[in-house]
Amino acid sequence: MLQNAHAGSEYHPVLTEDEQRQYRLEIREAILRPLRHTGLMGKLWIGLLVVVLLVGCYAYSIQLRNGLKVTAMRDYASWGLYISNFVFFVAISLVGALISSVLRLTNFDWYRPITRIAEIIAVAAILFAGIIIIVDMGRPDRVLNLFIHGRIQSPIIWDVIVVSTYLVTSVLFLYTPLLPGIALCRDKLTEKPKWQRWMYRVLALGWNGNRQQWKIMKRSIAIICILIIPLAISIHTVTAWLFATTLRPGWDSTNFGPYFVAGAFQAGTACVIIAMFVFRKAYNLQKYLTDVHFNYMGKLLVFLCLIYAYFNLNEYLVPAYKMRGAEGKLLNDLFTGHYAPLYWSVQIFGMALPAVLLLWKRARKPVPLATIALLVVVAAWFKRYLIVTPIMLHPYTPIQNVPANWAIYFPTWIEIAIVSGSLAGVLLLITLFSKFFPIISIWETLENEGIELEKLDNPKS
Amino acid sequence: MEKENTEGSQRRKFLKFGLLAGGATLAGLGIQKTLHADTIPESGKKVKLMTADGKLVEVDSNHMKHHIAESTISDIQSREGIEGKKFVMVIDLARCANARKCIEGCQKMHHKRPPVEWIKVKKMQDANDTAPYWMAQPCFHCDNPPCTKVCPVDATFKRKDGVVLIDNNRCIGCRFCMAACPYNARVFNWGKNWGTSDAAVVSCPTPGNNDSNDSTRTNYNNDSIETSLQDKMGTVSKCDFCVSMARQSKLPDCVTSCPNGTLLYGDANEDTVTNGDETFRLSELIRDRAGYRYLEELGTEPRVYYLPAVQRNFPFEDDKVAHNTTE
Repeated sequence: MLQNAHAGSEYHPVLTEDEQRQYRLEIREAILRPLRHTGLMGKLWIGLLVVVLLVGCYAYSIQLRNGLKVTAMRDYASWGLYISNFVFFVAISLVGALISSVLRLTNFDWYRPITRIAEIIAVAAILFAGIIIIVDMGRPDRVLNLFIHGRIQSPIIWDVIVVSTYLVTSVLFLYTPLLPGIALCRDKLTEKPKWQRWMYRVLALGWNGNRQQWKIMKRSIAIICILIIPLAISIHTVTAWLFATTLRPGWDSTNFGPYFVAGAFQAGTACVIIAMFVFRKAYNLQKYLTDVHFNYMGKLLVFLCLIYAYFNLNEYLVPAYKMRGAEGKLLNDLFTGHYAPLYWSVQIFGMALPAVLLLWKRARKPVPLATIALLVVVAAWFKRYLIVTPIMLHPYTPIQNVPANWAIYFPTWIEIAIVSGSLAGVLLLITLFSKFFPIISIWETLENEGIELEKLDNPKS
Repeated sequence: MEKENTEGSQRRKFLKFGLLAGGATLAGLGIQKTLHADTIPESGKKVKLMTADGKLVEVDSNHMKHHIAESTISDIQSREGIEGKKFVMVIDLARCANARKCIEGCQKMHHKRPPVEWIKVKKMQDANDTAPYWMAQPCFHCDNPPCTKVCPVDATFKRKDGVVLIDNNRCIGCRFCMAACPYNARVFNWGKNWGTSDAAVVSCPTPGNNDSNDSTRTNYNNDSIETSLQDKMGTVSKCDFCVSMARQSKLPDCVTSCPNGTLLYGDANEDTVTNGDETFRLSELIRDRAGYRYLEELGTEPRVYYLPAVQRNFPFEDDKVAHNTTE
């Protein structure tokens, strides 16, 4: 395990078996602590999320009663905040595959304490992507028509297939490496209420850490690891195709698939950095989520920002060179017109500036890095808005003789409440998960330190 | 065919009367549910109706279906289209004076009210130095339709006779077709009775006007996919090329409402288009008047042709008032 030069410190002493047991005891205590107690801040945070989520549900009930007329969407801007929020959720859900799978398959090890954070973000985001797309439907009561009358030729059906497959695979990817963690909760958290202990007992699937179980688990992870990469790429490629298969100026682009995937990795990585920062602070995990991890995540973010910048150049500069007809009008409106302040803020603060700032090691310390990551995530959200709304409002045919509110789009409070509710839902799911299950994978962190639980628990066989 | 049609329209007139007579009673009886049943038990509730020869008769309210159902086009027929036809439209831009009567005629025919316009009239100007002109724009019923391609549930579809229709009982309201249509021909029913005229609510008791009975599909009072009367909250609608009129060998209301004969409707198989007053050979008209299709380069193959605005019947006059300003 000494070949692991990326891990916690420069120098790894070979630990004796007793030291290994001591280390294991320590990490178990540190990681189970937030599961035993929830502080005042934690309770307030959960309470706040629940309130925002409930307001969103209330807003949705109004929309269900009155129809989509309660939104600001009309015949020209027929897609709006819900769709851009859907794209955002699908985007950040890709990070589960990136962190846990791509880095694993390319033989990096430093990422291992972060895998679980990335995977729960992926599961929560893809789940709420599915929910928000139903919110966008005019007839949610007919959602079963997708199965009764589904047409495989429609990109929406492709999206239904890949998103649901990705959801299941992501849950498996979260659950499988979690088995030893659940077994630990089952054995150690005896003070918890009966239902919770029952839940641990059922979910642990009788895990006792024998060699056979370790073997099956590791093999399963290896399989999912490979499966999830094409799935992750396809969910966001298909989501890009929802736009790219139309003839609209601004969406009619062959660059859209990779452009979306690149943006997704960038936004998702920024989300993981923020989550790492918050969990490290809130759960006192400084020992396991170290400055080294932030340093590497910062470097990864620079790399992803540069890739995304490359696709942005292709997406905007090439058509801008030609300035053809309707697309030229759209680009003018983005570069120097109505959307220019938002467009340039997003491109500069969400992509260019982070890529430059993070070249300095000081910027890759937890606090500055988390700040920059927050900037990236906010910009990423608005970027999806810019991908949807301006294009809808720049059709080939001129917008004439319509009520004034049809020619513009600014979301109503209902849309804002529902979207805020969905964001709160994602955060709530992540928070609650971290209150019931270890947010850092103990065995993977131990392996990173050169301690193999498998051998520690089965010394003779 | 001709005879059947006259019978059908008489029957409709008669029924309209009957419905008016019994309207108040029927509304209270939840007629849509009772009519839907396949085997029809007597409800015991009698409705007074006047027959064609002027006699007043009492009929069990459940037996109403027998009179009405025959004028309904089934879903399968609606999806197949009218045999041997290829509907087509020619719009002569030299004749359009922005009278907007096509819009009004269409709205009246389809029980719509502003701001819902299935046909639009737009001021077009191809370049800064070229002359502006008015352009009526219905759905183009493209032969390579971007809208039907993307529909996830086959709710919008292309028929053999060239027409693109929507089944509002199947549409899930994802609005992908609206995003896919490069001409913005499609409209959405954003709320209850969205853009439905009050007249429709009173005189045309289709399920579309009463969303609570949505799930029970009733085949009566010429409510079919073809008539597009069944607009429902949360689904997409658009110009249906008035195929229900074409089935009766009648012209669409936009065509007959135009005071200038701008719109010509017809059948490409017969190579004929007409505005009611004049009839032209489609191929000759397009050849001699340099007919073109809007945004031909997109490859959607519209079934609506335009004749350029040359040697105009009217000088271009800009709008003095804004139209369609309120929801």
